[in-house]
Amino acid sequence: MIESPLFFGDSIRNLVQVIFQLILRRLVVSIPTLIGVSLVAFLLIRWVPGDPVMLLLGERGASPELYAEMKRNLGLDRPLVEQYFGFVSQALQGDLGISIHSKRPVIEEFLDRFPATVELGLIAMFWAVLAGIPLGILAAVKRNSPFDYLVMGGALVGYSMPIFWWGLVLILVFSVTLGWTPVSGRISVMYDIDPRTGFMLVDTWLSGEGWASFKSALAHLILPAVVLGTIPLAAVARMTRSSLLEVLREDYIRTARAKGLSFYGVVVVHALRNALIPIITVVGLMVGAVLTGAILTETIFSWPGIGKWLVNSVTARDYPVIQGGVLLMAIVVIAVNLVVDVLYQVVNPLMRGKS
Amino acid sequence: MTLQRLIFALSFVIATGSAHAGEKTFVYCSEGSPSTFNPQLATDGPTFNASSRMIYNRLVEFKQGGTEIIPSLAESWTASADGLEFTFKLRKDVSFHTTESFTPKRKFNADDVLWSFQRMKDPAHPYHKVNGGSYEYFSSMEMDKIIKEIVKVDGSTVKFVLTRPEAPFLANLGMDFASITSAEYGTYLLTAGTPEKFDNEPVGTGPFVFKRYVKDTMIRYEANPSYFMGKAKLDKVVFAITKDPSVRFQKLKTGECHLIAEPSPTDLKAMIDNPKIKVLQQDGLNVGYVAMNTQKKPFDNVLVRRAVHHALNRGSYIEAIYLGNAKVAINPIPPSMWSWNNQTKDYAYDPKEAKELLKKAGYPQGFETELWTLPVSRPYIPNGKKLGELIQADLAKIGIKINLVTYDWPTYLAKARKGEHQMIQLGWTGDNGDPDNFLNVLLGCAAIDAGSNVARWCDKDFAQLIDRAKTVTNIKKRTGFYKQAQVIFKKEAPWVTVAHSTVFRAMSSSVEGYKLSPFGTESFFEVDLH
Repeated sequence: MIESPLFFGDSIRNLVQVIFQLILRRLVVSIPTLIGVSLVAFLLIRWVPGDPVMLLLGERGASPELYAEMKRNLGLDRPLVEQYFGFVSQALQGDLGISIHSKRPVIEEFLDRFPATVELGLIAMFWAVLAGIPLGILAAVKRNSPFDYLVMGGALVGYSMPIFWWGLVLILVFSVTLGWTPVSGRISVMYDIDPRTGFMLVDTWLSGEGWASFKSALAHLILPAVVLGTIPLAAVARMTRSSLLEVLREDYIRTARAKGLSFYGVVVVHALRNALIPIITVVGLMVGAVLTGAILTETIFSWPGIGKWLVNSVTARDYPVIQGGVLLMAIVVIAVNLVVDVLYQVVNPLMRGKS
Repeated sequence: MTLQRLIFALSFVIATGSAHAGEKTFVYCSEGSPSTFNPQLATDGPTFNASSRMIYNRLVEFKQGGTEIIPSLAESWTASADGLEFTFKLRKDVSFHTTESFTPKRKFNADDVLWSFQRMKDPAHPYHKVNGGSYEYFSSMEMDKIIKEIVKVDGSTVKFVLTRPEAPFLANLGMDFASITSAEYGTYLLTAGTPEKFDNEPVGTGPFVFKRYVKDTMIRYEANPSYFMGKAKLDKVVFAITKDPSVRFQKLKTGECHLIAEPSPTDLKAMIDNPKIKVLQQDGLNVGYVAMNTQKKPFDNVLVRRAVHHALNRGSYIEAIYLGNAKVAINPIPPSMWSWNNQTKDYAYDPKEAKELLKKAGYPQGFETELWTLPVSRPYIPNGKKLGELIQADLAKIGIKINLVTYDWPTYLAKARKGEHQMIQLGWTGDNGDPDNFLNVLLGCAAIDAGSNVARWCDKDFAQLIDRAKTVTNIKKRTGFYKQAQVIFKKEAPWVTVAHSTVFRAMSSSVEGYKLSPFGTESFFEVDLH
């Protein structure tokens, strides 16, 4: 009898206990991580020369009295230590300060833009998995064939390609030269979409503008998602291939084949299931990469998400946004990694109790 | 093939798909996100374009496409003989916008004027601290010091009492920060416990009503049906926020925008050659210059400054940097501004004379110094690095070795304020059409500490003239003072005045009635689509 290790062995209660312990342990470990992230973000932007007050004033300048008053209003006249502890104590109460540029709470600004990043990231990951796994499987099955070389060569190029260059090439080819896709943005300005959920694909349906607006939103997603999904796609394809090749060498696969099962049946039903475990790990790791990659992709495609917001705030020396935004991103990455680890525990009983 | 068809179909929908046929929707591809929708709180162009010119009005305005001051919410005004009191008669037929969350119950009146200015001036005003509560523009124009009090004479008359005679005061009232907001709306939001909405869900009197802002993506407006100047010809206006100028140009070509903000000068030829695109040009109210730090050696010596002036072949920069769309600057104020001195004797390009002057100044072999090049593209200097290289080559001919230095914009400004530079590129676009807005802001003695006088030049005679020009209202007398001041400026040469550039806008050929503002601001009230 050939058995997959999924869900066999442990009771549900044991699983819940393991997950609970894992979450607790991770929460404790994440405290110093978050302190470190907040400190680095806080100090780095202050060490960079430049002055948010002068930026607000531009070429106009301001009298020394007005300049001092503006610094005082922004709390930038206080000693660094005091500023940092003020930031931390406020953050602990859920207040990440007020953006210098927009004069709105950082949390609100973050929540306004976060769905755009999540939507783009999800579609990018969806595309990466949807294309990456079949390509990896085919490459493994047709090992050492021209197809295998092509896919693996392509994956290597995709993995090492600079995102900004790739994005600009795609814009030039598909938007400017061929005119197939929109140049930038989330949806055609002709549609007035109420951002109820912040997810444009969902909001287009809720707004009652219908199918055409949904298509417009989807068309705007194609290029950024392809660009953002390129590195994860390459990673997933490579990992699928190598993981599958390893599993295909196992005895139980040979046994299954000896029993007379078809080759593709063995690959899909038996081999792939076990090969998925390292793929899940890679997908989890790639979520972090997608959030980082979003900074470049969003800037290239004028995508109104967290990445573009952070880049703009660095240029504008918007200290509260940078320190608050980076901290929130760190929390998101930690949370996503935790979810991946929990999934891993669920999928692979051998890992239970290990972390 | 199927995928190709699908993508083509999608793009066709985008290119042609107007959600509501028959309505005139105008798409303006703007260069950045607004920081707020209340111009009182802002200092940046994208915010002013998105708020003050669309949603609000001021007591007085600048004539569309010019610098002339015309009545707006105030139908007339009088100034006292001593220049210390300005009395404004207000229009009685002006309504504030009706929005989804607010319906005004009364017309605009004197209370709204008091409410708007007191918010910026009076710390006890209920909104003074709301949404950051800093009014940099109001303070930097010294309006907090100039205005002694604002008196409501009756429901439709207000009087501004000043602490000192201030000739540019009226022009200041036409500036964006002087936009009039609704006292009734403010009180309504205070009662509702949501005063922060005042600046983000704006209610004004202007030609367009704010509908929606999708962060960093777009802003939507609808024509104000009860605008006191009549309903705009456009039904809807959309600001599509597109930061990159080349992307904006692509969007104009594909028909995704009707008008684009701040086109790149390098695209100008392609725009003119495109039959579907119309380009408007106008002399800008700006100046680009290279300032020499007069508090540092060797630029504390006027002979050195004059030598630098003679050594630079500024005529050649106009083609290389501005692609021909500029004029060599002779004075610190542009020729389109009243009081521009046409008698000023410019420094001719003369490397021989420059060498002679250097010799006289005690630098026969020249010297080595730094030139900071502008890190951002501005209409007054579109390409700081290239200009730096040209200057470097010109000065090398008279033995001055230039090291080019630059920093990112916030650092550049912060360091310049501290006077860390030797030579620096900078410029200015005027914002109220008054010469004081150039000569005092950029060359006044107090402007050294403010960080806007980067030549750090303080000349008593010059300062006396521009101070006197501020205190008289007679325009002829003021012109005389400013003309004399320009002569002193030229003689002392704290800057090399490089150029006054042409500002231009590119738009779809279907756009009618658009007028370029010398201030670089946008107004779409008179725009139509055909």
